[in-house]
Amino acid sequence: MSKAKTFKGGIHPSYNKHLSEHKEIVEAPLPKMVALPLSQHIGAPANPIVKRKDKVKSGQLIAEAGGFISAPVHASISGTIKGIEPVEHPLGKKVDAIIIESDGKDEWIDLNPVDNPFDVDPDTIKNKIKEAGIVGLGGATFPSNVKLSPPEDKKIEFIILNGAECEPYLTTDHRLMVEKTEEIVTGLKLAAQVLGVNKIYIGIETNKPDAIKKMEKKIGNDGQVVPLQVKYPQGSEKQLISAITGRETPPTSLPMEVGAVVFNVGTTLAIYEAVFKGKPLVERVVTLTGHGIKNPGNFRTRFGTYVAELVDFSGGYKEDAAKLVLGGPMMGRAVPTDGIPIIKGTGGILVMTQSELIVREYSDCIRCGKCIEACPNNHNPQLLGILIEQEKFDKISDEQLEEIVLDDCFECGSCTYVCPAHRPMVQFFQQAKSYYNNKKKKR
Amino acid sequence: MKTRSFIVSGAPHIHKNSSIHKIMWNVFAALLPASFVSVYAFGMDSVRVLGVSVISCIFLEIIALLFMGRNWKAAFDGSAAVTGLLLGLTLPSGISTGIILVGAIVAIIIAKQVFGGLGNNPFNPALTSRVFLLIAFPGPLTTWPLPRGLENIKNFMGVATAKTGDVITTATPLGAIKENAVKAMPSIQVNDLFLGIHTPGSIGEISALALLIGAAWLLYKKIITWHIPVATILTVLAISLLTHLISPEKYADPFFHLFAGGLIIGAFFMATDYVTAPIFNKGKLIYGIGIGVLTIVIRLWGGYPEGVSFAILLMNSTTPLIDRFTVPKPFGFRKARN
Repeated sequence: MSKAKTFKGGIHPSYNKHLSEHKEIVEAPLPKMVALPLSQHIGAPANPIVKRKDKVKSGQLIAEAGGFISAPVHASISGTIKGIEPVEHPLGKKVDAIIIESDGKDEWIDLNPVDNPFDVDPDTIKNKIKEAGIVGLGGATFPSNVKLSPPEDKKIEFIILNGAECEPYLTTDHRLMVEKTEEIVTGLKLAAQVLGVNKIYIGIETNKPDAIKKMEKKIGNDGQVVPLQVKYPQGSEKQLISAITGRETPPTSLPMEVGAVVFNVGTTLAIYEAVFKGKPLVERVVTLTGHGIKNPGNFRTRFGTYVAELVDFSGGYKEDAAKLVLGGPMMGRAVPTDGIPIIKGTGGILVMTQSELIVREYSDCIRCGKCIEACPNNHNPQLLGILIEQEKFDKISDEQLEEIVLDDCFECGSCTYVCPAHRPMVQFFQQAKSYYNNKKKKR
Repeated sequence: MKTRSFIVSGAPHIHKNSSIHKIMWNVFAALLPASFVSVYAFGMDSVRVLGVSVISCIFLEIIALLFMGRNWKAAFDGSAAVTGLLLGLTLPSGISTGIILVGAIVAIIIAKQVFGGLGNNPFNPALTSRVFLLIAFPGPLTTWPLPRGLENIKNFMGVATAKTGDVITTATPLGAIKENAVKAMPSIQVNDLFLGIHTPGSIGEISALALLIGAAWLLYKKIITWHIPVATILTVLAISLLTHLISPEKYADPFFHLFAGGLIIGAFFMATDYVTAPIFNKGKLIYGIGIGVLTIVIRLWGGYPEGVSFAILLMNSTTPLIDRFTVPKPFGFRKARN
């Protein structure tokens, strides 16, 4: 195996993947009720096409895409529509969701797979993917069919499967690569064909040797598995492209700018299932983990299942469970309640204990430069942090930092993680971003 | 369905187990080997100087923090202790306790807290204080007691030693060559300078070996990076090699310049002070080169035998400028499509 590749910057948090990395994916039982938010993706919310008391089957379309960048929503269980009402959304605000009460039968619609997918024209495949409501399952939830339709003038040279899974604790992609190797590779090859690309890379961090081995065997000579150094945020799209191809995607640009398209592991599996099985996206694998959970594991879960219900099924919380994070510990979002549905972008549920919560006061920057070393985007969190803390926003725009730097900061949290003065840099940047967004709106 | 409430806070939800406290006490620990050597060389005088300096700096920090309504416990974050220890290590062992106290006031109150405390001071507090003392009390600050083992050498390095009070004092090696040029003192051995116990000088600068052990610790713990010390030392070596080759009679060789005086303690422990040094690696190299050039210029052609303190303080003042012009290109501006 050649030397593992990586990007510049980054951090080495404790990964804690051992809690769930060797636990086989378990099918979660059918939920009694689901809440399917109309907005589970980037872009316009979906428009509901069902009403109260309608009977629906599993996989039935219940909300249409609300625009070009949008995605439809399908019933994840069979049952009766209870209504469309606002529910707690993983992203904070309450959003409208279609509530379905299960009939316990899980009756499916007739599934229409595409015959001989490798022989049909790309638009058929793209349509199928669009109809299936597939969005990037890595967390960004960008509609996949849009990703597969780059503008004519952007030549795509390679497709990259993102198997880095650099967030601590999470093991969803790892388990999928080990258990669903063939389906993932097939989905990836199909996506490559749709894009007209023949260079396929599969980037996997070296802490998943079993996945590297299996994927290498399966992809054979059709692509290349690239072992990556274990470093956060290796799985960030632009950092991944830089590690594998040496190309740096300019700020505010999409990866296609440098000829790359990146797919998440779960997304390629979803593509396979949509095209080869005709199945719309109604479920995903979620890592439920953390020291606040009795039995961590990886669960195939229908969308709209409440976190509380999944936790119950897994064996429940430990007594000192204190914080619930949707996603990983670096970029995940702490939510106030477990009465919150699992949606397309929910890759992990982390439960932290009381003893893991450390409240720390922050002090003035001592200019140690650790944040600069850690920043994968080679920014200067130190200076920005100070300017924002002192509310010198004008100074930031003087230096023209707001567009190139703030827009490009994806809040990976590396600077905040390493800061010895415990400065909440991510929160500073969020503050600055909302300042500039408001300013833009006013213009 | 039974739901449960949870505590909410911003990401990231995990943090590295690091703190200012840890960093500063590590720096303090890294200075201990040199401190121990000094106790061996200068005896209880060294304990007195270092002890008074450290304790008074911490005490003054508490006073200042209380006065400004800040958390007084921050006085134990180690930064005041490091300032105190560094200040003590730059003084001669025979210095009076009163002068040390004045030094502590200048370091903690004037050079640090007046500017807003840790993180906001433009100049290194220990060095500011040392230079102040050197100008305010030139006599006591340049009276060097002989370290142990040299008490009986009346004519060290061809320079007359003097008896002041009950200690015999002499010039430092750098002072000696300033007055007498290189040929006057064949007795200086690089070995002596390296181990340090046989050469006079400031408490902390006498043993290069002890300082390098501490420096290695800081590098190993990734508390400092190599950029500043290496740039500083290589610059001093390069220029002194050149001048030595041109006129060996007049200018000492590079190893003498490396191990004599405060170059090592300055390059590894003072120039690397986070707060007052540039933050980007490229800037650190420029800064280090600047310190090296100024140091050697002062040593060879300036009015003082030693120039490290002046060099670092002068370069402190250029830090904001260097930072401004060495901002690295953000990701995506370097190499796009090749």
